[in-house]
Amino acid sequence: MASAATSTSRGRPEGSLGDRIGRRVGHLALPVFTSLAIFYLLIPIIVMIVFSFNKPSGKFNYTWNEFSIDGWLHPLDWPGLPESLLASLGVALLATVIATALGTLIGLALTRYAFRGRGLLNGVIFLPMATPELVLGASLLTLFVATALPPLRGNVPTLYPTGFSTILIAHVMFNISYVVVTVKARLAGFDRRLEEAAMDLGANEWVTFWKVTFPLILPGVVAAALLAFALSIDDFIITSFVSGTQNTFPIWVYSIIRNALPVQINVIGSIIFLVAVGYVSLTTIRSAHAQR
Amino acid sequence: MTVLALDGRMENQIRVSDVDVRLVQVVKKFGDAVAVDHVDLEVRDGEFFSLLGPSGCGKTTTLRMIGGFEEPTSGLIELQGQDVTWLPPYKRNVNTVFQSYALFPHLSTFENVAFGLRRKGLKSSEIAGRVTEMLELVELPGFEKRKPGQISGGQAQRVALARALINRPAVLLLDEPLGALDLKLRKQMQVELKRIQQEVGITFIYVTHDQEEAMTMSDRIAVMNNGRYEQLGDPESLYERPETRFVAGFLGVSNLLPATIVGTDGGYAACRLANDQTVRVPAALTRGAQRVDVGIRPEKIRLSAPGESTGGQENRMSGTIRDASYIGVSTQYIVEARGGTRVTVYEQNVERATRDELWQVGTDVDLTWLPDHSFVVEAAKPGE
Repeated sequence: MASAATSTSRGRPEGSLGDRIGRRVGHLALPVFTSLAIFYLLIPIIVMIVFSFNKPSGKFNYTWNEFSIDGWLHPLDWPGLPESLLASLGVALLATVIATALGTLIGLALTRYAFRGRGLLNGVIFLPMATPELVLGASLLTLFVATALPPLRGNVPTLYPTGFSTILIAHVMFNISYVVVTVKARLAGFDRRLEEAAMDLGANEWVTFWKVTFPLILPGVVAAALLAFALSIDDFIITSFVSGTQNTFPIWVYSIIRNALPVQINVIGSIIFLVAVGYVSLTTIRSAHAQR
Repeated sequence: MTVLALDGRMENQIRVSDVDVRLVQVVKKFGDAVAVDHVDLEVRDGEFFSLLGPSGCGKTTTLRMIGGFEEPTSGLIELQGQDVTWLPPYKRNVNTVFQSYALFPHLSTFENVAFGLRRKGLKSSEIAGRVTEMLELVELPGFEKRKPGQISGGQAQRVALARALINRPAVLLLDEPLGALDLKLRKQMQVELKRIQQEVGITFIYVTHDQEEAMTMSDRIAVMNNGRYEQLGDPESLYERPETRFVAGFLGVSNLLPATIVGTDGGYAACRLANDQTVRVPAALTRGAQRVDVGIRPEKIRLSAPGESTGGQENRMSGTIRDASYIGVSTQYIVEARGGTRVTVYEQNVERATRDELWQVGTDVDLTWLPDHSFVVEAAKPGE
């Protein structure tokens, strides 16, 4: 009540000149501050997109030279780029599918069933998120190499030399945590009576899952998959430990950066960004439509 | 089972016995807590049967066991003569209207109602026909395309009903389906439910904590308390002849007067009340007990001026008006009887309708009622 009273008295055009200026500044402060904050967040992206239209004078795309769309016309035109990009997309897609499937099932089990070790599993699921990536990468490399050495050699399938498959294993591992957390959040508000209703109406467990449970948790599963894909496609630290001779896009960028900074990096970065923004706006529009 | 199926006469006998649902010594424990305690129940074919009781009395758990959502700890559940105790919900010929309706939010009204028929693999044309027909029965034609988020609570309730009834179950289970509706809509739906039940002729088992709702709709009611039912009967006998203190208190208002049986007089037992006045009750109701509570409903008591003759067959007590509340259709009096017992009396506002004509506080009156109108329940245990 008190604050309402103050705000109405502020709205009156009375008071000294100083007060009026103060009010004007007060009204403008929030929008200005917000715009600055958003601009700050967007600077790297703006720079990336602007420099994707640059024609660098040398090998390094650091200084603005002249406008050109060469990079956009030949986005893959640099030795090693297509292969590494393909590997990145392959790892990200596969890791996303596997991690989303496993993580969704773990999330369901953790929310639905009371079983021995549930508390422990709940904690363990968080560990990959909390562990420094350096530690994860180093220990995964140790593990993969150890499969080729005694006493493990011959007793387990060897994962050495490291390459595409070890990158995939590593990515699935850290992605699962994020998927489980996201799916669990969606399941938290799930009304179990909907499943009871489905079974009451003649659907067995399998049909109930696909006709009722899955469609309802789908938004959570999709969000989890997007998160997993985003984490996977730009992972550098863990990947660098377990990639062996297999380049992914981030690894390739890092390896080439000492000799050159091609404009194609900006172009690929911009494309990934635009695809992501496009997808998000599409889903936002669609859900706004569905709610109407 | 095969023998029964082949032998027409045996099959006939089962139909004649017309018990749709039978519970035999059903127990349900959650950990150490006993939710349902050795319940035996028979629900007849085509009746509107209610499980009535306060929350936590085990009524919903009983219903969920019939629906197949809970497994009994022990006991047997039969549906039309078939043991369904361990069958999952989708193998039982029962359908449920859930308390919160549990409509599928991602499906249209049409698909919600069609859900059960789709599971049976019916042809699209037949499904469309039956859904339309069912939506007409619940008076929601034209709602096919709406999602559950786009309809009101009362409409959602009808969709839930249609979704269950379209499968033509042997028994329809309803778990407080009107609980979320406002009073006016609830009254309207009570009439509606009864109409639909009579129209389709399916056995309804209805769970509610609202005694008026149960009385309005039911053919028979089981009044549940602490995991078992205390009394089972039609609404009239439950109201007129409650057998336990709980039933007397849960269905309507009762005056309970502690008394000792002192003798019999024809078909009546004479009971001496705490204030030494003697009243008579039908002897059969005392069930051989010595110390009982005599019960009388407030609207069965007549108030008259002290000493005014009213025939002589009635039970009579004298007292003083302590409070009078005018509630339009009737006036509610609190009368302090000799000895201090307080008795509630409802008097229709017919003979005395205006405020000055009502009995005034402080007036001495006689309370009279017919012995046949009283009922008898067990005496209160010490400390109650």
